[in-house]
Amino acid sequence: METPHTASSLKDTFDRRSFVIGAGIGGVGVLLAARMGYIAVAENERYAVEAESNRVNLTLIPPRRGWILDRNGSPLASNRADFRVDIVPERVKDLDGTVTMLADLLSFTEIETQDLRDRLEAAARFQVVPVQSGLDFEKFAAVSVRLPELPGVIPQRAFSRYYPTGPSVGHLIGYVGAPSREEYDEEPKPLLLTPGFKLGKDGLEKQFEQTLRGDPGARRVEVTASGRIVRDLETRDDVQGQPVRLTIDGPLQDYAARRLGHESGSVVVMDCLSGDLLCMASMPSFDPNSFSDGIGRIEYSMLSENERVPLRNKVLQGLYPPGSTVKPTVGMALLGQGIDPDETVFCGGGLRVGNRVFRCWNRRGHGHTDLAKAIYQSCDVYFYAMAQRTGMPPIADACKQYGMQQQFELPVLNQFYGTVPDPEWKQRKYGREWQAFDTVNATIGQGYMLANPLQLAVMAARLATAEMVEPRLILDGSERSFPGMGLSEEYKTYVRQAMSDVVNGPGTAGRARLPVDDVLMAGKTGTAQVVGLNISDGRTGPWEWRDHGLFIFFAPFDEPRYAGAVVIEHGGGSGAAYPVARDVMTFMLNPQKGLEALHRLEEQWGGTAQERLDRQYLQYANAAGVDLPPAPPPITLAREVDAEARSAVAEPDAPSTDAVTPRDQANPRADEINT
Amino acid sequence: MSQAVSLPRSIQEFPWRVVVPLVALIAFGAAVLHSAAGGSFSPYASSHIIRFGLFLIMALVMSYFPQNWAKFAAFPVYIAVLLLLIAVETIGAMGGGSQRWIEFGPMRLQPSELMKPAIVLVLAAYFASLPIGMIASARAIVIPAILIALPMGLVLMQPDLGTTLAIAFGGAVVLFLAGLSAKWFIGGGIAALIAAPIAFFFGLADYQQRRVTTFLDPESDPLGAGYHITQSKIAIGSGGLTGKGFGEGSQSQLDYLPEPHTDFVFATMAEEWGLLGGLLVLLIFGMILRWGLIVAREAQDRFSRLLAAGMTATIFFYVAVNLMMVMGMAPVVGIPLPFMSHGGSSMLTNMICIGALMMVERWNRQRPSSELS
Repeated sequence: METPHTASSLKDTFDRRSFVIGAGIGGVGVLLAARMGYIAVAENERYAVEAESNRVNLTLIPPRRGWILDRNGSPLASNRADFRVDIVPERVKDLDGTVTMLADLLSFTEIETQDLRDRLEAAARFQVVPVQSGLDFEKFAAVSVRLPELPGVIPQRAFSRYYPTGPSVGHLIGYVGAPSREEYDEEPKPLLLTPGFKLGKDGLEKQFEQTLRGDPGARRVEVTASGRIVRDLETRDDVQGQPVRLTIDGPLQDYAARRLGHESGSVVVMDCLSGDLLCMASMPSFDPNSFSDGIGRIEYSMLSENERVPLRNKVLQGLYPPGSTVKPTVGMALLGQGIDPDETVFCGGGLRVGNRVFRCWNRRGHGHTDLAKAIYQSCDVYFYAMAQRTGMPPIADACKQYGMQQQFELPVLNQFYGTVPDPEWKQRKYGREWQAFDTVNATIGQGYMLANPLQLAVMAARLATAEMVEPRLILDGSERSFPGMGLSEEYKTYVRQAMSDVVNGPGTAGRARLPVDDVLMAGKTGTAQVVGLNISDGRTGPWEWRDHGLFIFFAPFDEPRYAGAVVIEHGGGSGAAYPVARDVMTFMLNPQKGLEALHRLEEQWGGTAQERLDRQYLQYANAAGVDLPPAPPPITLAREVDAEARSAVAEPDAPSTDAVTPRDQANPRADEINT
Repeated sequence: MSQAVSLPRSIQEFPWRVVVPLVALIAFGAAVLHSAAGGSFSPYASSHIIRFGLFLIMALVMSYFPQNWAKFAAFPVYIAVLLLLIAVETIGAMGGGSQRWIEFGPMRLQPSELMKPAIVLVLAAYFASLPIGMIASARAIVIPAILIALPMGLVLMQPDLGTTLAIAFGGAVVLFLAGLSAKWFIGGGIAALIAAPIAFFFGLADYQQRRVTTFLDPESDPLGAGYHITQSKIAIGSGGLTGKGFGEGSQSQLDYLPEPHTDFVFATMAEEWGLLGGLLVLLIFGMILRWGLIVAREAQDRFSRLLAAGMTATIFFYVAVNLMMVMGMAPVVGIPLPFMSHGGSSMLTNMICIGALMMVERWNRQRPSSELS
């Protein structure tokens, strides 16, 4: 630097330094070439895979769900091709605008729009949220055309679950719906995030989820970065789920559900020989068809506010005091204890035990009463007297043997099994001594006794056959035979005859006689008191204070084939129950005659169950507006319903302190039923 | 010049050595743009070719300018572009946002682009006029530093980091070749090392900081800024040795590659033409830059030498930064690839550089003959 600069020294510097620059340029060039060679050749495989996974998108095709068939092979749940629209919130840019636009395109009401917003809010970002299914082609096309403005909205042709008899099978079969966040956490499979995929949420749909589900199909498509499909590359068809065949007789199920009409109750019919459950109807019910896109707030409010708990399957989760329907079983216990059926007890309208009088329902008394008369006239005093002699334990054992407090091996989510009290149980539960009035209560099916309608139907079947009949719900084609109950032929015939006399003789349910030649139905009425005589007479007044009406039956009485039970909640007495049993059995034996009776009734009620439910929905919707709280997600729904059901049938906290005083009419309301 | 080859003088003097590789590159670029437009000449390929035609004529016209015009114009041009930069800044400030261009009728002029050749021109003129003995004095460093710092500051305010660096690079190369003491460059390098983190934390806008951090770790933001680099590497890497074939690049055709026709045109090309296509592009750039350096080394005077070398360095900077960016070796700074990327401003700048080089090449031929006559 100290050397003086000249033009030529600067030229030298330039030459030297420009050579450095040139070398630098060359160096960078070599570096770039090497780098590119490394990426394109050495790492080629890795990047080729990444480019391919960019380009190709694997879309799952939700499998068609297996059908649920009745015993004749007709579908109780099938699939219907339809147009539907779903949203994946993650892919939506402007959620608010999208909802507004969709609501406009699909002409949603304000309530439906709010329900959609709720569903979107509750869902995880990556989850598929159904917007609407069962669209007509015009609306479907309208959404499809606007698709570029609606990223994340997926209109597609898909299958939706279809229940031809709707509310009739609601409790039994359950319903399907889009997987919830919890269900995905439990089973984190990509299929659960696929638009249009539904899984079983309740009932048999849930129990047989894995059988019914099937294998998803797959479609490999070439997509752009924004997700637009360029072309199909390859498609693998889905494999439809396996069908599940039930022992249920579809038409009978539907008939029974419709025959229950306005009442809140259940009908169970089973085949005594095979144990096949032919009908498990529970009403009021919900329409599973309208549940598959999530339950709207109107529907949910309407169902949950209804005091008749349409969300509860009363066949399995309704527990009722069996009332007098337990008497044939108690009779069996007495026979088993060596009591001569011909021995009579004098009924003068009450029985004095110590310094107390226990009343018979018939205040005038039944006079001299043997076991047969005690059954067909439902004499309370006879059973009070005989039970004092045998004590409670043999009676409790018989009740359990005939199906009470038993949980059956059935593919159902939840069975409430009820209570058969005995001295030991009371000591354990309440720490109190068993009293005479406890036995009195138990022999007439009151007090602590609780059973569900399925148990009552099994009781009827076992009384009819004297075999340990076990119910089944899935038709697997196997022959079944049941062990006998160790009962003499003589006693079996005796009780059968007594139960036949209930209907066909001088009994309490003369109007239950079948309008069919040559077939006689046997049965036993029961009236379960809900509140004491001092509060209500059991027939009028507030609905929830009225007596439950019960009826167990089998037919033909001398060679039983079918058995069952009918329970009408707060029906005002057994008179509400046995006409239902009569009509259901009539339909079984002579469908034409049965339907005629039903049509006459439905004319009075104003349409079929489905029609009435639809009308009720409309009325409710018009009255309510948007101010209703949103429906909870399905899982909570199931939990809530269970909790409610349980609390509704919980055993009393305090032990009962006295005998139930039966009302002085065993079959009230029979005259009010206009059949 | 032998008599046997009796080509007309104009054809003989036509700068074939640069125009042939240039046309090849433009044609290849047009083919890639055709593919990037989904197999269509419009809108990219056609305008790319038309622009090149117009700017080539402009460059050829430029090449006939005598040296004293160039020297005389140096400072006025520099000041004019500086004023334009200030004007852009003012308009942007009044419009309530950043703006980089001025509308001239149908043309959109980006003054920061013009500053790249202008800074080289003004520095070459300055050093040519600086007495030789003063090259070691403070004047030799202070005034050029101001000349470089002014536009750098203005462009950085836009903010446009890529162009700022391009101006700095062009200026630094001229200073280096002008014979400034090496200690300035060593010192400057150390200063830059210290200043870089400070500039990173205080000088860069948020989005620019993110680009740098993502460059250092592309996986940290695979769907945001890292997406560009990742997708570009996937495009180049999946092309392999010979590429997927013309119009068959899934990355560019299906929109996974961002900006497939501008900044990432090389990735678009590499996906369809593979390593061979990439080496061809590198080779052509090598030919053009080698020609530029030869022109500079053959130049007869200080002004032409510095001008030619500076222009070559400016083109080189574009090429190097763009290619390093698409290969994941530099942050995403938004510098297009000369002669291949679609875009008028960068084509104009690069053709001005080429025009200046052709001008120097013509001076090189004329000077000896004029001195002889």
